[in-house]
Amino acid sequence: MFYREAGQYKTTYEADSAIFPIRQERFAFWTFLVIAFVVVPLTASPYLFSAILIPFLILALAAIGLNILTGYAGQLSLGSAAFMAVGAFASYNFVLRVPGIPLLVAFGCGGLSAAAVGILFGLPSLRIRGFYLAVATLAAQFFIVWCLTKIGWFTNYSASGVITAQALVILGYTFDTPRAKYLLVLTIVALMALAAKNMARSNTGRKWMAVRDMDVAAEVIGIRLMSSKLLAFAVSSFYCGVAGALYAYAYLGTVEPEAYNLDLSFRILFMIIIGGMGTILGSFLGAAFIVLTPILLNIFVHTFAQSLPSSVSSNLEPMVFGGMIIYFLVVEPHGLARLWQIGKEKLRLWPFPH
Amino acid sequence: MMRHKSVAVWLASAALGTAVAFGATAAVADEQFIPLLSYRVGAYASGGTGIFGGYIDYMNMINQRDGGINGVKLTWEECETEYNTARGVECYERLKNKGALGASMVMPLSTGITYSLIDRVATDKIPLVTIGYGRTDASDGRVFPYVFPMLTNYWSQNTTKIKFIGMREGGMDKLKGKKIVNLYIDIPYGKETIPVLDAQAKKYGFIVTHIPFTAPGNDQQSQWLQIRQIKPDWVILRGYGVNVPVAIKTAAKSGFPRDHMVGVWWSGSEEDTIPAGDAAKGYIAAGFNVAGTNYPVIKDIQKYVYAKNLGNMEDKSRVGSIYYNRGVVYGIITVEAIRKAQEKYGKKTLSGEQVRWGLENLNLDDKHLKQLGAEGFLPALKMSCADHEGSGLAKFQQWDGKQWKVITDWITPDRELVRPMIEQSAAEYAKEKNLTLRDCSKEG
Amino acid sequence: MQFFFEVLIGGLLSGVMYSLVALGFVLIYKASGVFNFAQGSMVFFAALTFVGLLEKGLGFWLALPATLAVMIVLGLVIERIVLRPLINQPQITLFMATIGLSFFIEGLAQLMWGANVRGLELGIQDEPLQWVSDVAGVNVSKFDLVAAGIAAVLVSTLAIFFSRTRIGRALRAVADDHQAALAVGIPLQQIWGIVWAVAGAVALVAGLLWGARNGVQFALTFVALKALPVLILGGFESIPGAVVGGLIVGASEKLAEVYVGPYVGGGIEGWFPYVLALLFLLVRPEGLFGEKIIRRI
Repeated sequence: MFYREAGQYKTTYEADSAIFPIRQERFAFWTFLVIAFVVVPLTASPYLFSAILIPFLILALAAIGLNILTGYAGQLSLGSAAFMAVGAFASYNFVLRVPGIPLLVAFGCGGLSAAAVGILFGLPSLRIRGFYLAVATLAAQFFIVWCLTKIGWFTNYSASGVITAQALVILGYTFDTPRAKYLLVLTIVALMALAAKNMARSNTGRKWMAVRDMDVAAEVIGIRLMSSKLLAFAVSSFYCGVAGALYAYAYLGTVEPEAYNLDLSFRILFMIIIGGMGTILGSFLGAAFIVLTPILLNIFVHTFAQSLPSSVSSNLEPMVFGGMIIYFLVVEPHGLARLWQIGKEKLRLWPFPH
Repeated sequence: MMRHKSVAVWLASAALGTAVAFGATAAVADEQFIPLLSYRVGAYASGGTGIFGGYIDYMNMINQRDGGINGVKLTWEECETEYNTARGVECYERLKNKGALGASMVMPLSTGITYSLIDRVATDKIPLVTIGYGRTDASDGRVFPYVFPMLTNYWSQNTTKIKFIGMREGGMDKLKGKKIVNLYIDIPYGKETIPVLDAQAKKYGFIVTHIPFTAPGNDQQSQWLQIRQIKPDWVILRGYGVNVPVAIKTAAKSGFPRDHMVGVWWSGSEEDTIPAGDAAKGYIAAGFNVAGTNYPVIKDIQKYVYAKNLGNMEDKSRVGSIYYNRGVVYGIITVEAIRKAQEKYGKKTLSGEQVRWGLENLNLDDKHLKQLGAEGFLPALKMSCADHEGSGLAKFQQWDGKQWKVITDWITPDRELVRPMIEQSAAEYAKEKNLTLRDCSKEG
Repeated sequence: MQFFFEVLIGGLLSGVMYSLVALGFVLIYKASGVFNFAQGSMVFFAALTFVGLLEKGLGFWLALPATLAVMIVLGLVIERIVLRPLINQPQITLFMATIGLSFFIEGLAQLMWGANVRGLELGIQDEPLQWVSDVAGVNVSKFDLVAAGIAAVLVSTLAIFFSRTRIGRALRAVADDHQAALAVGIPLQQIWGIVWAVAGAVALVAGLLWGARNGVQFALTFVALKALPVLILGGFESIPGAVVGGLIVGASEKLAEVYVGPYVGGGIEGWFPYVLALLFLLVRPEGLFGEKIIRRI
């Protein structure tokens, strides 16, 4: 009853192809943006900003990147963290070596470097499919991190191989408080998410989905596989690259290449599977699930199970986490975004049975 | 559709529980809060359980035996990091404001987490204490006022190792022409000592070959084949976790004598030698703390903590092991730094900034250590504004098949070599970050 | 030249150890199309349970069947609770479920037996064979030879099981086509239960050998990473592929590390097998022995 499209007539083509064709959805979307941009910055604590919201947004951006590649274009990848590393280390070097480069431009260049590397490692996708491709992308994961560790130039010859991200200064303003960093990250992520949403609805996105659903058939109807697949790798790596740069600049500060390890790649993959493949919303939901659940479990266990010895409670956390992943997959194999969809359909009728 | 309903109920209850958890914060007077970024699961859990067990037991003993530090009780809360940098940052942010005046100091016990906290602790004014690990050039307190790589850093440690090898060879002049292999794990932690080894090779005239193995290093056949071909006189091992027993076993397999292998202290615990079995007999490692229960401080822990069944270790036989005793060292330094700070700021709850003063002015000489029941347990230590390392001494221990036996006295590091390198590296950092150096003559 | 052979032989023997882990992956992928990421955790769980039972005072020959029973039960339970509800889901969902499973198993293992690192002695010394050293000047480890022997026995047993027994034939039918197998009356779920139980047993063998080599500790779960390039080289569905792939990966990574490594700063073993497998796949996209998939509309 609250979520009905009855009475909303679309009289122009523009209205028909809007991102949110229904009034309620537009309303919800704008409310959400107001909350994220106004209410949260006014109310949240520094802990929420710097330990939860910032990493959540950054990882959601990386998840959008992987979702473009895996969810939309159907190419499985286990190397997202490596592309994030390329973005971070490239941005660092751009700022370091190009005097006076604006930081946002450096992030963009970092993203482009990641895109170039992404295209290189995307080439095998023209021959290899499925899990074979997934394992092959591990080559990118290990090789890139190895290069960053080995080649001193990337880390400005620091003895231990770590880089310290330069201060976040944009247009003369220094983003140094958690709130300012949050707003910066939020703006970048919101704009890029919007771009991704539009890309997915455009010609490009439809080509990707055709390739995903059946590449031979897509080729038959005249989609060029090579350009579509490589474009997916490039765009996906660009998103991951920017996310990686933010991860270094707005979140960790000082990073070693090891921060972008296989574990992070896996966590980004979890996000899109749990959240829902081929949806932008799912990337956010999945990132929230993967970032928040271990923290909540930790807080839970420490609050309600204090009598347990810490070795038991620490081991219970991964068990519950693993169990929850399995449970969610059994209940809804298409991810949290699908649950949201089901919820919306229910709301159309509620509270009436039919 | 029942399934979806149960998910919704689950999510709702989770949200409710979180609200409760976030809302519950305790505020009690005269307590000193210590956040513990521990790890008890994952690949390094054996190290984490031992060290944090010892740390907690020592603080507990102080509370039980003395009623706290001059009446100020110690409180702490653990947060599981899984040795993961992002989780560690979250734990730090969650715990830093707990307690009446926030966290007294933080010891992350992970190089990755340490790096990510360096900027944050300076803003939050909470000392970051990394004993025996962390960022080496942070020993320069003028650039890093809030970072304390105490007791000894990796570069000092490395010079003591070369001195030890020199002793074994019968004098530093005998090192000339000797071949030393530096076998290290291929991550920043492993790479740290390469420059200092190269500098020493130049100074003493030995030939050093750096051979990396890929993390986690559970197969080192090719590295040891290379070593067999080089036929070095000594192998220096720089690993942590599974790669240490693998290195020892592969050494045995390729016929390299274990008593010519010298490990760093993260490669020298019972957890490293027991899995290697008989192959580990004779293996040598550096240490800034010793093993054993035969020290008054450990006896006190057994008397005041374990006798009352308050001990943290599930496996009580690990009390007195290398990692456990290292945790006790962490506890001693925590408690003594707070005690020192109380001399200046009064016997009440202190802020992180005040504890920082205590750390910087800490002076634990042998007499003091004897009072603490820890003579010979850890090296004497004297901190200053410029020197955040404070000691640099290391003992060497050898595994006899059952336990670690100390085989040297404290060996002093080559400070003339290390200190300029630290200052140069710190100065580069300061330049990159546009920091102004603290003037130590004005610090009280 | 002697040194070359020593590197080669050492590499081949290491490769056998990788094959042992890869075998568990292949079994399950072959029968159910699931890329079971939890295989590494099962290796860890098996080794830890075995050592834990030894510590409890069970003798070697009592602990072995007891652990085997635990692993078989674990396999059956996984099949029942995790995989059966997920039948017919996309492969990636199943893959994800096995990752969730690996968290669960790792937590469970350390919860039951603690985080202590333990040694495991199988009574075979990991030292060079003296007479080979004397005659050829090449070091060959006794332990590695025994491990290779065990792997050979295991592979032949599995091969016979698959080709000669009724269950084995049913299994191959299931692997070929689930629905057709169901249509001719093969009890699908029973077959999958058996496969998971066998994979548990293979994990036990791998766990014992790797545990004796590296010590029984959490890092045993990482041996799975060594098995992945073996899998894509050999093909996900092929048991001989796992063995041949293991040998290729083992030998080539050692040769590369020893002969190429020093020129590029070393530590290339981590990525070399993956890049090798990648190049190889460009020529044969289904691996060495994988089934060629014909695509049509």
